[in-house]
Amino acid sequence: MIRLEPRPSPSRHAIWLAPLAAAAATVVLGFVLFSALHQDPWAALAAFFVEPVATRYGVGELLLKASPLMLIGTGLAIGYRANVWNIGAEGQLALGAIGAGGVALAFGDSGSPLVLPAMLAAGAICGLAWAAIPALLRTRFHANEILTSLMLVYVANLVLSWLVHGPWRDPEGYNFPQSRVFVDAALLPNLLADTRLNWGLPVALAVVVAAWVFVRASFLGFRMRVAGLAPGAANYAGISPTRTVWIGMLAGGACAGLAGANEAAGPIGQLLPSMSPGYGFAAIIVAFVGRLHPVGIVLASLLLSLLYLGGESAQIRLGLPSAVTGLFQGTLLLFLLAADVLVNFRLRFQARPTGRVPAVR
Amino acid sequence: MEALAHLLVLTLAAGTPLVFAALGELVVEKSGVLNLGVEGMMLVGAVGAFIVTAKTQSPWAGVVAGMATGALLSLVFAVVALTLLANQVATGLALSLFGVGLSAFVGLDYVSVVIKGLEPVAIPGLSTLPVIGSLVFGHNPLVYLSLALFVAVQLVLDRTRTGLIVRAVGESPKAAHAIGYPVIAIRYATVLFGGACAGLGGAYLAVAYTPLWVEGMTAGRGWIALALVVFATWKPARVLAGAYLFGGVTLAQFQAQAAGVELPSQFLAMLPYLATIVVLAIISRDAALIRLNAPASLGRPFHPDT
Repeated sequence: MIRLEPRPSPSRHAIWLAPLAAAAATVVLGFVLFSALHQDPWAALAAFFVEPVATRYGVGELLLKASPLMLIGTGLAIGYRANVWNIGAEGQLALGAIGAGGVALAFGDSGSPLVLPAMLAAGAICGLAWAAIPALLRTRFHANEILTSLMLVYVANLVLSWLVHGPWRDPEGYNFPQSRVFVDAALLPNLLADTRLNWGLPVALAVVVAAWVFVRASFLGFRMRVAGLAPGAANYAGISPTRTVWIGMLAGGACAGLAGANEAAGPIGQLLPSMSPGYGFAAIIVAFVGRLHPVGIVLASLLLSLLYLGGESAQIRLGLPSAVTGLFQGTLLLFLLAADVLVNFRLRFQARPTGRVPAVR
Repeated sequence: MEALAHLLVLTLAAGTPLVFAALGELVVEKSGVLNLGVEGMMLVGAVGAFIVTAKTQSPWAGVVAGMATGALLSLVFAVVALTLLANQVATGLALSLFGVGLSAFVGLDYVSVVIKGLEPVAIPGLSTLPVIGSLVFGHNPLVYLSLALFVAVQLVLDRTRTGLIVRAVGESPKAAHAIGYPVIAIRYATVLFGGACAGLGGAYLAVAYTPLWVEGMTAGRGWIALALVVFATWKPARVLAGAYLFGGVTLAQFQAQAAGVELPSQFLAMLPYLATIVVLAIISRDAALIRLNAPASLGRPFHPDT
């Protein structure tokens, strides 16, 4: 019989091994799944995990898709560390795209060098404002931020849909639901020749570093961590739970909004009814798999980005639906949570249950 | 009068998936477990029900399959959150993400398949009576099943020993454990029940309400069901009322369009989500009310040695 025995303190090894084990288990699941679908599993795994990044262009795509994931994951991690559960990043991303797109369309083809910075700022502010709604509802009305932030995802996507179907529709776009294509001044400059990689990556990395400094080196960041680890002690020490919620939500919202602006000003270059293939949800997985730690988040964003590319590649090479990406994403997180048991518990193998009297506390 | 009766019938039909999912989640939460995976379980139940219906031509086989697949997915939650003691919020989220991905993946070949869904019962002589006919006798069989489920949940939770044990486990798992109840096993049972109910809600959508499969067809109903349990302050009768209220709101967009309201369709489509947010804020405003009614151990993992 196997028993779980609580560890006196969390295992430092297990904290880092669990994400690796989860990633490995996901690959094994892929092997089983591809075999079950009558594919040569090794060739399928190669098509999924290796071929997409075997070219210079592919590496560019990997980094391009990892940028919004690490950006949003970093913002969400600030909240998650303090037990503030913002799961509406997908909606905050849409609002960020709307903000950036609004600025780009307002500037028209003036070619002003201010367009791009204004777009990114507007994106971050719009995402932040959208996240302020659940923050206000939580702090003022005690409404559960998980549910309100998620409901706002649907609302945000409908706002975006209305804009591109209605007021912001390209008058020369043959009635397609899309905005005008942004002028060059409103697009992020390319970073790596022969790829689509743009300056969104350095922006994302800068935010990751800034967030790390905030969490590790600022007093406010310290108080946020205490609020997450020991809410009772935090309260006793005078750390305001209201402030914690606000900072946690707004950080996630601003990062998601900035990511939305980067998408609008980057690979997409206009507003479409959908600005993201679920980056806001995938970033939740990035935050967890990355252990809410900046280095981990960057690595996890590369892994999740690879899952996106693998899904596309599987569709082209193997004729499998690209929805397999979502399946792998969910599996990865479930495996991680399952593996996490070894952080706080150790396995004890016993021939049979002993008659030991449990310690009374 | 006839028109009002028709509207009531439509409201009941629109609220029924929420009744199933929210009643299931209510039982789960009563036992102290927070499973945020309702949306995922509904979708998997919907796709499972649809595929089996398409293969067997029997919508009832589909309904059973929907319940089974919903329960199977909830078993994943139970293993990770109850046996392996993972954070319930994170596990529920993961389950929803997984369910969305899984249902999209398996359902891809069925997107434009046409099935013959469950039809409303037609009792000769009774269903054609004016007003009463459609109001009492003209519903889909699953609507009656949802009402039966409501009565059963209400009675079992309030009036039986089983209900008392479930509530005890939710209020104080330590005390329940100390007097010898298998806390984890009881929680497994409620989680599986919740999964089957969510699957049933999804099955209702895919084989009765709109007999077709579309990726993400639950459109957030799983999350609304979660909010409903909070609105209802964990009381089954209020879950029922809330579900029909939201069913009515969902209908409002179609009614408004039919009535020629000059509002972009997107704004009407926002109504259920905005209503959820507003009602959740109003109910949650009274923190004491929530604290008093929420199961005391809600969301906390239970391990006998910690």
